[in-house]
Amino acid sequence: MAKAHIELTINGQPVEALVEPRTLLIHFIREQQNLTGAHIGCDTSHCGACTVDLDGMSVKSCTTFAIQANGSSITTVEGMAAADGTLSALQEGFRMMHGLQCGYCTPGMIMRSHRLLQENPNPTEEEIRFGIAGNLCRCTGYQNIVKAIQYAAAKINGVPFQEAAE
Amino acid sequence: MIPGSFDYHRPKSVADAVALLVKLGEDARPLAGGHSLIPMMKTRLATPEHLVDLRAIGDLKGIREEGGDIVIGAMTTQHTLIGSDLLAAKLPIIRETSLLIADPQIRYMGTIGGNAANGDPGNDMPALMQCLGASYELTGPNGVRRVAAREFYQAAYFTALETGEILTAIRIPVPPVGHGYAYEKLKRKIGDYATAAAAVVLTMSGGKCTSASIGLTNVADTPLWAEEAANALVGTALDKAALDKAVALAEAITSPAADGRGPAEYRTKMAGVMLRRAAERAKSRAKN
Repeated sequence: MAKAHIELTINGQPVEALVEPRTLLIHFIREQQNLTGAHIGCDTSHCGACTVDLDGMSVKSCTTFAIQANGSSITTVEGMAAADGTLSALQEGFRMMHGLQCGYCTPGMIMRSHRLLQENPNPTEEEIRFGIAGNLCRCTGYQNIVKAIQYAAAKINGVPFQEAAE
Repeated sequence: MIPGSFDYHRPKSVADAVALLVKLGEDARPLAGGHSLIPMMKTRLATPEHLVDLRAIGDLKGIREEGGDIVIGAMTTQHTLIGSDLLAAKLPIIRETSLLIADPQIRYMGTIGGNAANGDPGNDMPALMQCLGASYELTGPNGVRRVAAREFYQAAYFTALETGEILTAIRIPVPPVGHGYAYEKLKRKIGDYATAAAAVVLTMSGGKCTSASIGLTNVADTPLWAEEAANALVGTALDKAALDKAVALAEAITSPAADGRGPAEYRTKMAGVMLRRAAERAKSRAKN
C-alpha cells in the first residue's frame, strides 16, 4: 500500500511526513518523530500510557492511526514544559507530591490530567479519580497522583495548596 | 501489534462516503471512532483493505431537536453527548449511560453511531436505543431508510445494515417531561463491558406506573427489548410484587454466554438485579 503524505502540528512545530495508513499514532510519534515520552504500555487501549492531546481531546495513540491525525494539532509530554525548561504546574505537582514511582505511566497521566484541568480547573477528588480512570498506575495506588493534580489545580488557580487530612 | 495494510479514505460528504463504500464493497469498512475496529485490526480479527473515515463529514455531527424528536448525528462522540445541555434536559439517560462507557479517552473518540451500528452485544447504546424506541437512519445508494432499533439487531455483529449503507443519524422520540429513567450497569472495572446492564424509562401518575420500557445489555447475542417485563410494570405502584414479576419475565428472555464475567446463570440473575435497581431508581426520579 502506498504511503500517504500527512501534515500536522506536534508541540507547536509543523511536521510533514510519509506514513503507511496502518501506522499507529504512537509508533509515528515515538519512532518517526523520536518523541519517546508517550509510552506503549498495554497496546490494547486500556492503560493510557500512550495518551496524547489531539485537537483538545485526550486520546490513546495506540488505538489511533497517524493518518487520522492528518491536519491535527498534537501535544505530547515533551510539549508541556516551557522553552526555558520551567516545569508546567502538573509536572511540578508530580515532582513535589511524589506522584510517580517507576514513572512509566507518568507521561500519560500528565497528558490526561492536562486536558482534565483545561475542562475543569477546580475538580473534586472524585472528579479527578473519574477523570483519570483511563490511566493505570501499578506503583502508587494513585494517592499521590491525585495529590499532584490537586497541587497543579491550586497552582493554576493561584491559591495555596493544602493537602487533605488523611 | 500492527494491523494489516489498507488504503485510507476521508470523504467530506455522506454521498462521497456511500459512493466509496459501494465501489469498494465487502473489502471496505467505515471508520468512526475506531475503538472497536482498530483493536480488532491490531489482532487481525478484522483485515479490511479500505477504511472510509467518516470524521470529516460535518453533517454527521451534532444534536438537534426536530418536532418531538431528538436527532443525533452518528459521529457525535460520547464526550459530546455527556456535555450536551439539550440531552441533559430532554434525555438525561443518554448522559448517564455514556458516562458508563469505556473511559475518558475512549469517550472523546467513541461515537454513538459506532456504538450502535457495530452490533457488538457488549455495547451499551443498542439496548438504550431499544428502550427509548429510537430509529436509525441508514443512508445508502438508494437514499435514506429508517429502521427501528428494536428491529436492527440480528445476531452478534449482524445488523440490518447492507453493504454500502452507513448509519447516519439516530432519531429518538422525547419521553414526557417528568419521566423516570435509569441505566444500571454491572462491570468488573472501568472500561469493561457489562456483565449485565438494564435501561429503564417510565412514567408515573397518581402513584401508578403509566408507561414503561426496558432494554437489556450483554445478556444475549443481541440487545434485548424486554416488552413483557415492561408491560408487567404498567398499572402497578412498582411495588415488590410488580418488580418480582418483571424481573422474572426479563430473566426468562436472556441467553447470555458464559465468559470471564461469569457463568450464564449468574449473568441472567445480574440482569434481573440491574433491572430491579434501574426500575427503583427510575421510580424515585419520576414526577408523580
